[in-house]
Formats: sequence, structure tokens, C-alpha cells
Amino acid sequence: MSIAPAGSKGDAILQARGITKRFGHVEALRGADFDAHAGEVTALIGDNGAGKSTLVKILSGVYGATSGQVLVDGGPVSFASPSDAHAIGIETVYQDLSVCPDLSPSANMFMGREALRPGLLGRLGFLDNPTMRRESAVAFQRLKVALKDMDAPISSLSGGQRQSVAICRAAMWAKRVVFMDEPTAALGVVQTARTLDLVRRIRDTGVAVVLISHNMRDVIQVADTVEVLRLGRRIASMRNQGITVPDLVGAMTGALDTVPESEPGVAA
Amino acid sequence: MSGDAAIPGPAGTADAAGLLAPQGLGRKLKAAAASSPFYMGIILLLLVAFFSFLHPATFASSYNVRNIFLDASVLLILAVGTTYIMIAGGFDLSIGSVLVFSGVVAAQVMLQFGTDSLLTVALGFVVALACGTAWGVFNGFCITRLRVSALISTLGSMGAALGAAYLVTDGSDIRTVPNALIALGHGSVGGVPWLVVITAVVSVIGGVVLHMTRFGRHTYLVGSNPEGSRRAGINVSGHLLKLYALSGLLAGFAAMLSLGRFSTTTLEGHANDPLEAITAVVLGGTALTGGRGTIIGTVVGVFIPAVLANGFIIMGIQPFWQMVVIGFVVIAAVYADQIKRQKGERL
Repeated sequence: MSIAPAGSKGDAILQARGITKRFGHVEALRGADFDAHAGEVTALIGDNGAGKSTLVKILSGVYGATSGQVLVDGGPVSFASPSDAHAIGIETVYQDLSVCPDLSPSANMFMGREALRPGLLGRLGFLDNPTMRRESAVAFQRLKVALKDMDAPISSLSGGQRQSVAICRAAMWAKRVVFMDEPTAALGVVQTARTLDLVRRIRDTGVAVVLISHNMRDVIQVADTVEVLRLGRRIASMRNQGITVPDLVGAMTGALDTVPESEPGVAA
Repeated sequence: MSGDAAIPGPAGTADAAGLLAPQGLGRKLKAAAASSPFYMGIILLLLVAFFSFLHPATFASSYNVRNIFLDASVLLILAVGTTYIMIAGGFDLSIGSVLVFSGVVAAQVMLQFGTDSLLTVALGFVVALACGTAWGVFNGFCITRLRVSALISTLGSMGAALGAAYLVTDGSDIRTVPNALIALGHGSVGGVPWLVVITAVVSVIGGVVLHMTRFGRHTYLVGSNPEGSRRAGINVSGHLLKLYALSGLLAGFAAMLSLGRFSTTTLEGHANDPLEAITAVVLGGTALTGGRGTIIGTVVGVFIPAVLANGFIIMGIQPFWQMVVIGFVVIAAVYADQIKRQKGERL
């Protein structure tokens, strides 16, 4: 497809090594590792309090880590803010929609990154709406998302379509990684299936997709690899070949391994 | 609810053709016809037609039309600022008091300056704009940094600014205004009063900036989803601060026009300005919840009460009826808007 893949399929784009994060007395991450590869969907799973959201916030620049290293394309990076992560091509789709219901799809796609007219008008801050509209249409087309109206406020779209606008926005700007935090949590069955299709299409453009989900069936349907967090550490990293829901649940809860269940000092 | 999260297009190119097709004129007209400014514009035209038909010699006289426009001009300047604030999901109750304060300080400075020239007037403008902006920045600071709600912050500065204005003048109006400013307030160019020309220019600039620039776009985004805007890298607090400063600046500007028109600081005359501005903005279709609104709607929203008041006086009806009618019309307009929205919105 038209996007240049950040690396060839399978290259490790985003890695974390030995990440710890302390909030006061609470140790949310205790030496967590993580790997996401180009052109793959990596599912990040774990029970509540396992440290998933903390890890994602560190990897997307929202928090800094207490210790440990984040590597992009194999080189260490440090993010002072989400904008740093954006600049490097890492985008996040949040669980609660980050779209503006009163504005058009293209205004939402270019939210905070509006295209300006060339020349003097641009320097005065005049918007280049035709360009934004055209590029949004291209992005929707590339991901095969059909919106019934490119100019109506997206409040007139269904919840699933609004979610796909949010996902397409992340995909349009992400050069390397798209994080998706429970993208199907609020969706019905049909919409969920369509959103998972969208996830696959984004993966096929060559970026790494990281899917945070509680829904094990979603994970098995769409993931290439599954990273399991428990008590602030990665305790498994498996290829999605012949994995079953009980396998995943077992890994998450510790039923399948020998790590003692009651380790101190971890909370949500 | 038939969710179409991501309809796989039968053929991608066909989809794109549909998406890329420029907005049809018919569709554009249809969208415009469904908007509040359009409905309200029709109502305004009907009112004008009604009064003109009943009283062509008085209502439709050039003198009366001129009066309606003059009465509306100062309020419209304030309402332009209120439109920005409300699209961003905010409130500014202080504009009337800020107008009075800016006018009082500017009048005082011009008085002290002594000479009666365009230079004096220019100085007055600088002082009034600075005073207005300062109050606006103060409001913005309280709202975005101290996180006191907009309602309370601007309620507080509404009282404080008016009190300060009384302190400056010892409670009585300053009635010495430079003749050069009065000339501006009463003069006209090609038969159109300067105040009306200036107000039109301010409104057009306000509309262009709101609808065509990134500043305007951010105003809508911030009002529609502040948290999402923050995540998208928009400096939400900074933008809100600028909007309150703008609202204050316009109040300062309106203060000078008011001085020019009335030749006095009108200490008592602006208590209702913020509510009238909010009424006009809401009549024009701006959502109280932010994210939606237009300047043209606000223009219509300013003129409906102005025409109604004027028409009632001419018909010999007690003008107080205008307040009663407008009160109910605002409620009806917002109700109609909600119904329309519930129909259009799919959740």
C-alpha cells in the first residue's frame, strides 16, 4: 500500500527493557519488558493492576519511567511528553473517544495538526480545508472505511464509525506504532468485527499495532503475538499459534506457572 | 442502530470517488437550511416584513433603520466575543462591567490628556483596549490556572470591574468626552453611521477568523472535546486564555464606541449586556455545551430582539413585552434545537 513501512515486517520497532514505575509506595511496573514488531499486531494483556496502562502510558510519552529503557528501532529514546512520541510516529487510540462530535471527519483527522494554506494566508493561520478533506478521504479509503458524509459533524455517525475515525486518525499519523486501548470495549458484535478488520488493515500498512484488550477472543482473532503482564512484569511472550482462551487466562492469572501468586507491593 | 464501524468498500475507488466528490451545492443548501441561523434569519425577515407592512412610514424609515443598527452595534461587538467564548464551552458574565470600567478609565485618561484631537481618541482606544484585555486575561487566569469555573470567575470580575469603575469616578458618570470621539459616534460615511461600519468590520473579521483559521478551528475543538484536544496536542488552557482576553478586548473596544455614541460613561447602562449577548448568541444557534456556533447566527440573534423592541415601540405596545417575548423565544429556540439534534444524532 502507499505508506512506506517503517521497517520490514517483523523488525522490532518498539521495545521496553526493565521498566519500573513507582507511584509513591506503589510499584506499578517492576522490570517490565515489551516488544512490538513492524507489521504485526501485538496484544498486551494482563489482569487489572498488572501494569498494562502504566506501561502504555510510558511507551506513549504520558509518563516517564522510574528506571529502564525504551528503544525505538533499536535505539534508546526518552519522551518528555506525548508530543515527543507523536513526533517519532507513535499514536494512541484511547478507550474513551478522543474525537470532537461537533466537527467533521476531516477536522477530526487533522485535530491539532491542521493543514494551512500556502503563502501569506497560511502564515496568518488560514486553514487548507480542501487538502485536509482530500487527505482524510485518502486515509479512509486506504483503510476501507466508508463514511456516509464527509462534511457532517461526526455526532451523526454511529459509535462504531466514530471509533473508526479515531482509529484512522491514529493510523494516518503513526509512522511506527499505534496503541489501541480497548478499542472494542464500547462496541457491539458487528462493530467489533469491523474494528478488528480495521486493526488488521492498519497492521498490513507496516506499522506495529499494540492492542490492549480484556477480550481474549478479540486477542486470539487478531494478534500475531501476545505479551502477558502480571504484577508489573512480562511473564510471557507468545506467538499466536494454537493458543486458546484458557491458555491466556492461565498466563494472566498465574494458574499455569510457578510464580507465587501473592507478591507484595503491587496495586492498581 | 446499524453499526457500520468500517464497511469494507466493495471497490475502494468507488468509495473514494464518493468521498472526494466536492460537496454538492444542493447538499450545502440543504445543510444550511437545516441550521439555526437560517431559521432565525427567516424569523428576523418575517418580523421586519411584518413591522414594515404595518408601519411603512415609521418602521421602515431610514431614520428608524439607522437607529436599530446603532442600538445593535455595541451589543454585537460584545456578542462576537461571547460567540467565541461559548463555542469554546465557556461563559463571560463580566463584559458589561469590563465595558464600563474600560470606558471610565479611557474617559479619565482622555480628560487628563487635555487636548481634543484624534491623538486623544487614539490614546483612549489604547487605554480602553488595554483595560479590557487585562480583565479578560484575569478571567482567563482564574479559569485556566486557578481552575475556578467560568461562571464564578466572570461573576466575580463582573462585580469587581463595576466596583472599580465607581471608585474611579466616585460613583458619577464622566460626561466630558472628546469631540473627536463624539464625531465618530455620530458621524457617518456615505449615509452609513461609522459605528455601524466599524461593527460590520469587526463582525466580518470575527467570522473569518472563526470559520477559516486555525485559531477558530481550535476554538471549536476545545469546546467540543477539551480532553481530546489536549491529547491531540492543542494547548487548551492557552487557547481559553486567549479567548477570554479577546472577549475583554472587544468589551474595551465597545466601550469607546459607547462613549462616542452617548458622550458619557453610562455607569448604569450595561448591567444586562452579558445576558443580552448570551441571549443573542444562543438565538443564533450556538450551543451552550460548546463546539457549535456561527458569527452570522449571532448577528441574526442580536437583531431579533432589537427589531422586536423597536417594532413594539412603533406599534405603541409597551416595549417591556419585548423582554417577555424574547425570554420565551430563547427557551423555545433551544428546545427546538435539542429536538433536532436528538433526531440527527445516533448513539
